[in-house]
Amino acid sequence: MSVRSHTLVVLVEDKPGVMNRIVSLFRQRGFNIDSIAVGHSETPGLSRITLVAQGDDRKIEQLVKQLYKILEVIKITDVTDENLIQRELALIKVAATDRNRSDIMRLVTDVYQARIVDATPDSLIIEVTGPPDKIDSLITMVRSYGIKELARSGVIAMARGTRAVATVPQPVVA
Amino acid sequence: MAIETRERQQVREEPQREPQLGAHLVMQALVREGVEVIFGYPGGAILPVYDALPYYPIHHVLVRHEQSAAFAADGYARATGKVGVCMATSGPGATNLVTGIANAMMDSIPIVAITGQVPQSVIGMDAFQETDITGITLPITKYNMVIRSVEEIGPAIQKAFYLARSGRPGPVLIDIPKDVQLAKGYLAPRQELHLPGYRPTIVPHRRQIRRAAELIRQAKRPLILAGHGILVSGATEELVRFAERTQIPVGLTLLGISGFPASHPLCLGMVGMHGHAHANRAIHEADLIIGIGMRFDDRVTGRPSEFAPNAKIIHIDIDPAEIGKVLKTEVPVVGDAREALRLLLEELEPLEHDDWLSLIRSWYRPIRTEPSGPNGILQPQYVIARLHALTEGRAIVTTDVGQHQMWTAQLYKCDIPQQWISSGGLGAMGFGVPSAMGAAIGRPEAEVWAVVGDGGVQMTLNEFATIVDEQLNVKVAIINNGYLGMVRQWQQLFHNRNYSETPISSPDYVLLGQAYRMAARRVTRPGEVDEAILWARSFRGPALIEFVVNQEENVFPMIPSGGTFRDMIDEYQVEGEW
Repeated sequence: MSVRSHTLVVLVEDKPGVMNRIVSLFRQRGFNIDSIAVGHSETPGLSRITLVAQGDDRKIEQLVKQLYKILEVIKITDVTDENLIQRELALIKVAATDRNRSDIMRLVTDVYQARIVDATPDSLIIEVTGPPDKIDSLITMVRSYGIKELARSGVIAMARGTRAVATVPQPVVA
Repeated sequence: MAIETRERQQVREEPQREPQLGAHLVMQALVREGVEVIFGYPGGAILPVYDALPYYPIHHVLVRHEQSAAFAADGYARATGKVGVCMATSGPGATNLVTGIANAMMDSIPIVAITGQVPQSVIGMDAFQETDITGITLPITKYNMVIRSVEEIGPAIQKAFYLARSGRPGPVLIDIPKDVQLAKGYLAPRQELHLPGYRPTIVPHRRQIRRAAELIRQAKRPLILAGHGILVSGATEELVRFAERTQIPVGLTLLGISGFPASHPLCLGMVGMHGHAHANRAIHEADLIIGIGMRFDDRVTGRPSEFAPNAKIIHIDIDPAEIGKVLKTEVPVVGDAREALRLLLEELEPLEHDDWLSLIRSWYRPIRTEPSGPNGILQPQYVIARLHALTEGRAIVTTDVGQHQMWTAQLYKCDIPQQWISSGGLGAMGFGVPSAMGAAIGRPEAEVWAVVGDGGVQMTLNEFATIVDEQLNVKVAIINNGYLGMVRQWQQLFHNRNYSETPISSPDYVLLGQAYRMAARRVTRPGEVDEAILWARSFRGPALIEFVVNQEENVFPMIPSGGTFRDMIDEYQVEGEW
């Protein structure tokens, strides 16, 4: 089985300590997180976590099963093989001079459809949105100018089409 | 006998007129959950609960160290099938529970641990005796929680007991800040719990049962590996019927012992690192392994890639995360062991495996139980064999961890469910004496023997005081070989007899027992063994016997860690004291 990048959408109850439980599970069982992004979902009280992790299918299956053992985890969907829209936001502060500023701006806006959101005499902040490989590519391109600061949001993902991963679970009576 | 998984729905709720202290509500909630015993130790942050405790019909057992409170709650749970409860204060009280909680997690034992916490106004301020116990126990509890308001007390305690005993059981910790114990409020009535992320599968999928039945029909050399799940679900009767109808032999994991009668002709005894040779050979030659309520632990499998090389695997477990974790599994069956066996019994007609069974029997060689070695010194195996014979195999037996544990697992043949209590997954030394305490409290009619080594007993022998306080019917059998014997055995076999830090001295156990006001004897010769055991059985109450045995006796057979059946060492291959 081959190791590849898996994208998991995890719906969790929005309660204190849940992220701690999830991150602790990764640490305890030796799984690595490439990216993690958290926010509200369409259902009040449920948060949506998008996790990107490397592993072969068996390792990811074990990860999913272990995640399900966390009480607050409601639903996990491996969307890796779906027709997927993946988006990440990055803010990149690059060094800029009078000589190269226009080169950078042209590269950023024309090739990557990104935006310049701040400028000083010796720096620019680029805001870029897109799949992670697009952001990787832009970072590679501007690295030679000198990256002063870089912030990435982590990937969020959604499958194309009408079907939704977020089914509201039936309450279970204990 | 099984762990009670059903909610007690009929609880008479008397409306409370006056608001009451949180501490009282804690006690009321515990009574409501059916708690009869708490093993605990008071301290500052749990003081309000201790202030309320005398007013409620719950027996509190004052242990001498909080670790023993957790171990005792564990032993109580294993012996009774009920949830064991331990209680401690914040800080060191809470951290002392940690080993016992980890033990319950590894062995799927339902315990609820209640800890006091500093008031919420100083949480996070490094207050006196403040410890982040929910953080510390996060990976070693099934669930844990902080009760943040007096209104949460009833629902939190109800939830804790439900989680501890349902599905795959495990420890739940409840941390209660002192200000919550001192706040006034009302006990919320028991209500339906809303746990959308917790849906244990009890009844297995019919299709998987049919697939399993088909593999069982086709198999020529099938073998059942039965684990602790048999005991948790109370499936002994179903397992016996299943094994008899299909004529499939049964190997037991360490924690599966007593889940299937050892004297049954289809029982092969314990498998794994120190399992019986014929049982491990049966695994090696099998064409189908049916794992039931067990998790293919490394002490069972050795090197997983070489485990049961010719067999397909059917794995029945209530925890889906255990299936496929270690071995590639042909048929996964998620569900309660008893439900799965019932469904399989519906599918399967009687089968015969005479050739396979007689082949396994031809491999059988008994574990040696000579009274003494060539040097004339008492042999530990003989002590266990005599203990089994003289107690007619009917005692509850707890063990510590090490050589004596393995000899007891091999030689104390258990026919009665829940008579075997041993620390498996965690392998926690110090477990034997306090778990015997818990068993004796939970089953006062029983004769409880704590078989311990001279290493482990010195970790928790402070509990002799508790045993004497409570006048428990606990007989402590110390198998004294002057070594941390199992570690010494590994040093002998794998580290060129470099006995680094394994010789260990002991106090005079007879004097020590007497100092604790406990009847005590020492046995050094084979001829004294029977008399001493009969003496200890001749009265009700605590007794201690020290058996001074051969120092460098080894546990055989042995499959070295990470090894395979082909690497098995038996006593004839090792130059020993024979």
